Amino acid sequence: MYSLRTQRLMTGNEAVAYAVKQADVDFIAAYPITPQTIIVERLSEYVASGEINAEFVPVESEHSALSACIGASLSGARVFTSSSAQGLALMHEVMYIASGLRCPIVMAVANRALSAPLNIHGDHSDIMGSRDSGWVQIFCENPQEVYDYTIQAFRLAEHPDVLLPVTVNLDGFTVSHSSEPVAVLEDSVVKEYLPRHERPRLDYYSPASFGVFALPTHYFEFKVEQEKALRKAGDVFNEVAAAYPDEAGRLVKLDKVNSDGRIALVCMGGTTGTLRHVLKQSASREFSLISLKLFTPFPSKEILEALSDAEGVVVMDRATSPGAPLPPLASNIVASLYEAGINIPVLSVVYGLGGREPTLRLIREMLEKAKERLRTVKVRVNRMYLGYRGEER
Amino acid sequence: MKRRSEILMPVVFEVGNTAERSVANWRDSKPVIERRLCTNCLICWIYCPEPAIFMDEGGLVQIDYEHCKGCGICAEECPRKAIKMVMEDV
Amino acid sequence: MSQVSRLSDLYGREGLSPGHSACRGCGATVAVRQILLAAEPPFIVVTPTGCLEVISSQFPYTSWRVPWVHVAFENAAAVASGIEAALRALERKGLGRRHKVIVIAGDGGTFDIGFQALSGAFERGHDLLYICYDNEAYMNTGIQRSAATPLGSATTTTPAGKREQKKDIVSILVGHGSPYVATSSPHLWKDLTNKVRKAQSIEGPTFLHVVAPCPRGWYFEPQLTIKMAKLAVETRIFPIYEVENGKYRINYMINRPRPVEEYLKLQSRFAYLLRPENAHLLERFKQWVEDRWNYLQKMAAVTSS
Ligand SMILES: Cc1ncc(C[n+]2csc(CCOP(=O)(O)OP(=O)(O)O)c2C)c(N)n1
Ligand code: SF4
Ligand code: SF4
Ligand code: SF4
Ligand SMILES: [Mg+2]
Repeated sequence: MYSLRTQRLMTGNEAVAYAVKQADVDFIAAYPITPQTIIVERLSEYVASGEINAEFVPVESEHSALSACIGASLSGARVFTSSSAQGLALMHEVMYIASGLRCPIVMAVANRALSAPLNIHGDHSDIMGSRDSGWVQIFCENPQEVYDYTIQAFRLAEHPDVLLPVTVNLDGFTVSHSSEPVAVLEDSVVKEYLPRHERPRLDYYSPASFGVFALPTHYFEFKVEQEKALRKAGDVFNEVAAAYPDEAGRLVKLDKVNSDGRIALVCMGGTTGTLRHVLKQSASREFSLISLKLFTPFPSKEILEALSDAEGVVVMDRATSPGAPLPPLASNIVASLYEAGINIPVLSVVYGLGGREPTLRLIREMLEKAKERLRTVKVRVNRMYLGYRGEER
Repeated sequence: MKRRSEILMPVVFEVGNTAERSVANWRDSKPVIERRLCTNCLICWIYCPEPAIFMDEGGLVQIDYEHCKGCGICAEECPRKAIKMVMEDV
Repeated sequence: MSQVSRLSDLYGREGLSPGHSACRGCGATVAVRQILLAAEPPFIVVTPTGCLEVISSQFPYTSWRVPWVHVAFENAAAVASGIEAALRALERKGLGRRHKVIVIAGDGGTFDIGFQALSGAFERGHDLLYICYDNEAYMNTGIQRSAATPLGSATTTTPAGKREQKKDIVSILVGHGSPYVATSSPHLWKDLTNKVRKAQSIEGPTFLHVVAPCPRGWYFEPQLTIKMAKLAVETRIFPIYEVENGKYRINYMINRPRPVEEYLKLQSRFAYLLRPENAHLLERFKQWVEDRWNYLQKMAAVTSS
């Protein structure tokens, strides 16, 4: 199947734009923000040169970007946008509306730290702020995954049983700006993979009212139905992936390496690549690595399977939840373990805030500490800030 | 619960279906057209907020009492003073 | 574009069904009915959060007989931009057809929180008609001030009367280079319906500012709604004019204006303004009315040549 592909050198941002071009989108509205800006620029070029037959609306804010996307999506268009950090925060209100109105919008998020203090570098606090907005959330490790997952995101979003928006997350700079060879599919192959489905739309000749309000008599049902649809996206996910023409690029909920390692590392996004590298270099086979690609709907079942032999788990979060018992990923994993009655120690590691990329040395040190803590400390949940220069609590 | 199937989306496909609802109980007085004065000019209709005024098959302007809230605009605006507001019985 | 000259030209084109939950005598609803009676198909209506949305769209009901969408309070113009541009692309690709997008928004959703999206959409030049029904406050949330609330008017956030005069939204949109910006009133149904048709027929972003008396928030008897609109116009408080490609035209000449007090005294929201100790405020109000009328006359004279 690899013959379907040709190699091109691309950054993560360029891989997004290339995938969106091949997806034959009809409508793009986006607003520039580092580190996502290049996506917007490339797409404007594609539209200007006629390589995409779409309207690009250079809106005056991210709030308007996503609002325009909702209007476009309800008009029946295939829609794309992208953002980061402050932009995503400005969209927050509209994200809930996009999922509530069941708009299959695809959004690339070049993950970046949230202000204050202002910081343009990578971490996941932006998207974690919208964790409960009802979007499917996919995380990518490298530009190749960015390319493949963006294409599959459209099919997942538009699946008649799903009709929900999807974010494709790529770490700011480490994935969005690093160039790697990306094997791309032929236009015709992508086109065939993304058929168009009819869905209710704004049309004078078959009128309907979209975005009506619901009293307490109905609101609850809407929200639970929406949650069910998001769960359903988890089932449809495999079907969408299986149909992807190149097996090597298929979406997976998670990917596990060193399966026999007795301590599991769980991580999402670009840093997983660094962990892979450290484990490959290390002589020890003590650690397995679970690279989580699907964050929402959270694949508890698959996580538990992957953790079934683990004696301990290190959960890497690139965001904090101030005041909460645990940061987002760790909290999901602990909840899943508890539900399954699995009683293994957990080390919750917060790393990489505001672009402080963990070095190989730091990661090696972390692995040593992890062994130590998971073995000796009596408490079941340990916490650690990786690379933090202040005093741990 | 025939609308149950739509619950997936906050969309209503039965357009204009508030017409199924009566608002007659909003009213404390009702407009009554004095036929001999009315010229069927439709002025009352264009100013009714509901609308609760229509033209019947015979071309006569009529009040739709299921949807009239009794605001009194029609009586106020009729150029022929053909509409009187009459207290509803309690 | 066909001209509306008789009411029978409009009869039978109802876009809004009865059974909605607007207050008795709601002026906004009268205006919206007239707008929908006039609009030429195919069109799509966008409404931001506010009275109009809430009175017409309680699940599982809708009063709208035309395609309609509500997304949020501050983004109607952005949503409209998206619909307009998307349909342009879909038509090009043989996957859909263009519609005229008509926004019908309150003054809060236009003058205040929705202003950025409105400005953006007009600057980008989308082909849409934006209509503001102006009831001069945030009625849906219980009569709070907006930038459209007039000087001296009491609202729940200006209990002692607002200190500032209304924003001149028309001039602001003229400043955006809109090809057609006009004002109208539901009591002048012929003016309003023909302006809807005219604005709709012009390519680009066009704007109508429509006075929408609100018995609930202005505190007057509901049968007086149309009278109130008429008084707003005949006192020159709400002049009826249009600006077409920069040319000003007063469409409804008021040679002998009625005293503004005739209008103010019928509405309890102005009770404070009419107190003797606030004579200076009333003076300011009158001056504002006079200055704007003079300005319009001057602009009409200057731009007609
Ligand atoms: C972001 C946001 N802020 C506040 C509100 C609350 N809110 C809903 S409608 C409204 C006022 C609407 O005023 P206007 O646009 O003048 O319409 P009206 O109700 O007067 O017709 C407000 C403040 C909201 N829905 N969304
Ligand atoms: S306005 Fe008066 S005269 Fe005209 S149709 Fe209505 S009731 Fe008859
Ligand atoms: S009283 Fe008001 S609601 Fe009833 S018909 Fe007259 S104008 Fe319409
Ligand atoms: S508060 Fe005013 S604008 Fe709102 S429904 Fe009532 S009358 Fe109409
Ligand atoms: Mg208002």
